[in-house]
Formats: sequence, structure tokens, C-alpha cells
Amino acid sequence: MARAVTPRRKSLNTALAWAVGLLIFFPILWTILTSFKTEAQAIASPPLFLNFNWTLENYAIVQERSDYMRFLWNSVIIAGGSTILGVIIAVPAAWAMAFVPSKRTKDILLWMLSTKMLPAVGVLYPIYLLFIRLGLLDTRGGLVVVLMLINLPIIVWMLYTYFREIPGEILEAARMDGATLKEEILYVLTPMAIPGIASTVLLNFILAWNEAFWTLNLTAVDAAPLTAFIASYSSPEGLFFAKLSAASTMAIAPILILGWFSQKQLVRGLTFGAVK
Amino acid sequence: MYLKHALRAATALTFVATAAAHAQSITIATVNNGDMIRMQGYTDKFTEATGIDVEWVTLEENVLRQRVTTDITTKGGQFDIMTIGMYETPIWGANGWLVPLEGMSAEYDVEDILPAMRNGLSHDGTLFAAPFYGESSMVMYRTDLMEKAGLEMPDAPTWQFIREAAAAMTDRDNDINGICLRGKAGWGEGGAFITVTGNSFGARWFDEDWKPQFDQPEWNEALTFFVDMMAESGPAGYATNGFNENLSLFQQGKCGMWIDATVAASFVTNPDDSTVADKVGFALAPNADGVDKRSNWLWAWALAIPAGTQQEDAAKQFIEWATSKDYIELVAENEGWANVPPGARTSLYENPEYQKVPFAKMTLDSILSADPNNPTVKPVPYVGIQFAAIPEFAGIATQVSQEFSAVYAGQQSVEEALEKAQAFTAEEMEAAGY
Repeated sequence: MARAVTPRRKSLNTALAWAVGLLIFFPILWTILTSFKTEAQAIASPPLFLNFNWTLENYAIVQERSDYMRFLWNSVIIAGGSTILGVIIAVPAAWAMAFVPSKRTKDILLWMLSTKMLPAVGVLYPIYLLFIRLGLLDTRGGLVVVLMLINLPIIVWMLYTYFREIPGEILEAARMDGATLKEEILYVLTPMAIPGIASTVLLNFILAWNEAFWTLNLTAVDAAPLTAFIASYSSPEGLFFAKLSAASTMAIAPILILGWFSQKQLVRGLTFGAVK
Repeated sequence: MYLKHALRAATALTFVATAAAHAQSITIATVNNGDMIRMQGYTDKFTEATGIDVEWVTLEENVLRQRVTTDITTKGGQFDIMTIGMYETPIWGANGWLVPLEGMSAEYDVEDILPAMRNGLSHDGTLFAAPFYGESSMVMYRTDLMEKAGLEMPDAPTWQFIREAAAAMTDRDNDINGICLRGKAGWGEGGAFITVTGNSFGARWFDEDWKPQFDQPEWNEALTFFVDMMAESGPAGYATNGFNENLSLFQQGKCGMWIDATVAASFVTNPDDSTVADKVGFALAPNADGVDKRSNWLWAWALAIPAGTQQEDAAKQFIEWATSKDYIELVAENEGWANVPPGARTSLYENPEYQKVPFAKMTLDSILSADPNNPTVKPVPYVGIQFAAIPEFAGIATQVSQEFSAVYAGQQSVEEALEKAQAFTAEEMEAAGY
């Protein structure tokens, strides 16, 4: 039986949720505000919140100095490509682990996840050398493969969790109706797991979009995504905080908008199966 | 039949050669600082003159260092020109990873490059990188606060004077710190500063047998002096302050003195960004009483060509253009003499127009007084002032500077930090085979 919530408690919870939300969002808000300041205003002490002369100069400078659209396009291709490829590989893998598990399934899952604990720099040289041999340095294709491999354990884990919530009897019924394995996965399992798959896709797209180790180390000009775009405005000798903030705002804007519009889908997918 | 084939092949080759000539392009990895960004703006002029396109990869200094190191050690061939510093150049040159910059044109005038820069960017007398701009370090101070304190800054102050002046200028009620210095961990940040401070107290990283020297009294004296002075007159939380944090404090009028890179002079005197632009004076970096060595460093951002590039000639052409006297004049013509890349060429400092720039003389004096072969009082087996040009140094100095930063943050004593630094450095050097 659901417990009654008093209006006072409800208000308190709402206020608390807003406070936490604002706290988490504040660094992004501050970055956006700083992007509209001059460099002198950006470092002013005490900090200026809204009472400054708003300027678009930093955006103009960033636009003039860098080919933003090229970086953006690379980010879309790399993040999108690695996510789609990852899901194509992970759906059958997660199906096998969820519906026909072996004695070693749990161990395999844990082992897969443990690869995420390896510091990326530990395998930089082998992967760099491999990329040279295969001619993949500074190519979007190379990065799609690397980011897919990096995020694959998470994709498999998430899909495995969602698939486990789907009753096996439904798949059995499909089989009895003569569905082949491919049809079972494509026409029965996938439609039922759409919320889970959607949230997996979104989360991994965000992870791939934000990835800043491999994307910086394996690219130069042609395949450089928005992470390289931001890195080009950071400097330990010179105060370019306003320009850096403008570049950061331009880099996070697409993913922020995507997250905003898909938040219902994301939350639904992440809580899928949480309440039975 | 043969003639037909030969003609076809020749035509195809002509097409390929023509296409290649039109599409000749070089890729340059560089750092994000004012001078480098300015150079990117003038690249069109180089392309107009030579037909060579230039692609820029601009990265933050530490990211760039990791990126180009990975590429050059694996012969990745991603870049035709790399922006590297005085630390990497002699090491990479010795390893055969860089193309020697020989056979430059007579107009380029290699001899005009400041000798300190030329030596620091050479190995065994061969130049491996051309300096785009060079820097040393010096004292930048508030003339109004100095006057208010009733003191006069000498051209060549001692640490004792600096400490006394810092105490006199400190006004905690008005949030003015007598002195702002780097305390941030990292070999190129606080590590560089405490190394040159050590030099000016007679300390050294290694003796002639590569034995670490942190157990010697000079290091204790230097570190104790630094910590005491900063406790008296430095800003709160200076253990995490680097160049940018101190620049911000100084520009907002919260520092009486700041000892740092000479390149900062143009920032603190720029009225667009600095609230104290018209109240800044300059002096040589200090030394301890009785020690004949000042605490100024020497650094250059330089352009080098990685061995194995397919565009060696085009890369050399670009380097000649970007580090030439003509380029300096191009910038001066368009943006004024205060904005030209400093510290690389003797002729710049002989130019009467440049001599009018307020910080020009002190910058040159600081650069000229820096000697990478004799960084401190006692002899050393290494080259470099704020670093020792050996591959192991970056890793060791980062760890040591972390120990020192922990002292600045009050987490351990000077003695504990020096003991750990000595043990760690000895272990690493032994493992490296020294």
C-alpha cells in the first residue's frame, strides 16, 4: 500500500531536488555565463554573476579561429558510429547471456567489466602502433572501432540487465510459433526492450561524445572531434577562460539539447524493470 | 604500343605531380598561447607566397607534450612540424628523432638567434629546433605599492630584499599579498620555480656522479626560506597556484610582486586585461646573499621537424618563414612592437623601436644572464636551468614537486619532503642505470 505523502514533505522533497539539480548544473551554467564575459570579467574577483557587459565576442573569435562544423561532424560520426556498432554486437551477446547462460556467463560479464578498470594510457602505445600499421591514425573509422570496444562492456551489461527482465516464456512462445533466432531477436526481443535499448544508446552516445583520451591521442586534423576543439583553447600560460568557455559551450550544446529532449526516454530506460 | 603505354604513364605522372604540387600541405602541432595563435592568423601569407597549405593542431601544453612524444617515439608521422621546448629538443636530437636544421638560407641568419637559445636547442653543436619565442623569468612588481612601503626596487635584488619588501607591501585587510609565486605541483609549474630558487641558493639536483642532492643544506635553506616567506606574505592556498592563478591575482591588483616568466610582462601591462597596467616595474630575478647565481630560468618554444616526415623541405620553408626577422616585422607592422614574439633574435633587441617597449631590456638581460650549462654554483652533469635534460627528469620532478607542494599546503615538514625527494630520486636514477 502506498504511503501518503504530506504536502509539506512533498514541497520539501521538491525543493531538495531542485537544490541538488541546480548544484549539479551550476558548473555548466557558470561556463555558459563566462562565455559571454570579457577575459578581464571572467577572472574578476568577486566573481560577476549577471551584472556584466554581455558580449558575443568570444563566440566570434572561436568561430573565426576554428572550423567548428568539422569538429562537430566528426563528433557525430564517431559517437554515433561507435554506439550503433556497439549495439549491433551487444544485442546478440546480451541475448545469449540472458536467455542461454552458461556456467561461465557471470565470470565473463565480470571480466568484461574489469577491462574498464585498466588505465587507458597503459595500452596507448600498442594501440597507437596498431593504428600506424593499419593506417587508421586520424581516421573516423579507427576511432569508431576503438570507442565501440571501450564502451562495449557497458552496452552488454546494460542490455543484459534489461533482457533479464523480459520473461523467457515469450521468446519460447515465439520459437514454438516457428520464429528463427534472427526473427526472435529482431521482432520479439528488440521491440520489447526498446526503452532499455534507447537508454543504452543515449548513454553510450554521451560517453563516446565526451571521451577525451583516445580522441585526443589518435587524431590530428581530419578526424579531430569536439574534445580536440576544446583542448585547443586551454592554456597553462595565458588567461583565455572566456574563450575556453565559449568553445566548451559550443561543444556541449548539441549533447545538452539531445539530453534535454530525450530525458524522459533516458529515465524510463534507466528505471526499466526497477519496480516489478 | 610501348610508346602508347609510356605516354599514358607520363601523362598520369604529370597529373599526380601537378595534383601533389597544388595539394602540398604540412601539419603543425602547437601550443595555445598568444604568440602561436597570432602566427596562425598570418599563415595565409605563407601559403600565398609558397603555395603550401598549413593545417594546425593546437593543444594544451601537457596534452601536446604527450601527443607529440607518442607520435615521434612510434614514428607515427602525424606531424610535419612540432612545437617543442628546450627540455625535449636536446634529448630528441640526440636520439635522432629530429631533422637537423642545417642549410638555412643566408637571409635567415642563424647567427642572429640569441646564443643562449641556440645552445639550448642544439645537441653537439647541431641546431634541431628554431626558437619562435624565448623567455626567462624576472620580478614584476607594483611601483605604487613599493613606493608606499618606502622602498626602492634595485635592478638586481636579493631574496632577502624581496622578502623584506613582500612583508612591507602585504596588506591583509585589503587583500594584497606581498608576493605571489608558483606552488602548484608539476615539473613545469611549481617544480620549475623551486628548482631555480634552489639554484639561487647554491642547490643542485645532482652532483657530477648523478647522485641526488636533496640531503644537502642548500636545498633545506632554499625550501625553508620559500615556505617562510610565502607564509608571511603569500596568498592563501598558494600550493595550488600556477602561472594563470598568479597572473589573475596580479592583474586584479592583489600581488605586490610576482616572479615568473618574462612573457607575462605583456599581459600585466595590457590595460584591456590588467587593472594595474600602468603601475608595473621590472627587475632581475633574485639571488640569495653571497650566491653568484640568479633564480631566472630559460625556456623557448621552438619549431622542429620530426625525422621521417614526407614534407621536410616544405616544413623547413615554414620554419624559416615563422622564425625569421621578416615575420617579426610583419607582426610589428600590424600589431605593434609590444606584440612581436620576444626572446629569440639579437636583432630584435638592437631595434630602437623595440627598445621603447618597457619590459624589453629586462627580458633581454634575464635571458642573457641564464646559462643552461652552468645553472647553479657547483658543477652539474646536466644541461638545463629549471630542468635537467634527461628523459627521466619529467617523471621524477613531478613527484618531487608534489612532495614540495604538500609542504606548502602544510601537510608535511620541509625535512620530510626533502627526505622523500632524496629517496625517490635516488631509486629512480638507480633504476634508470645512472
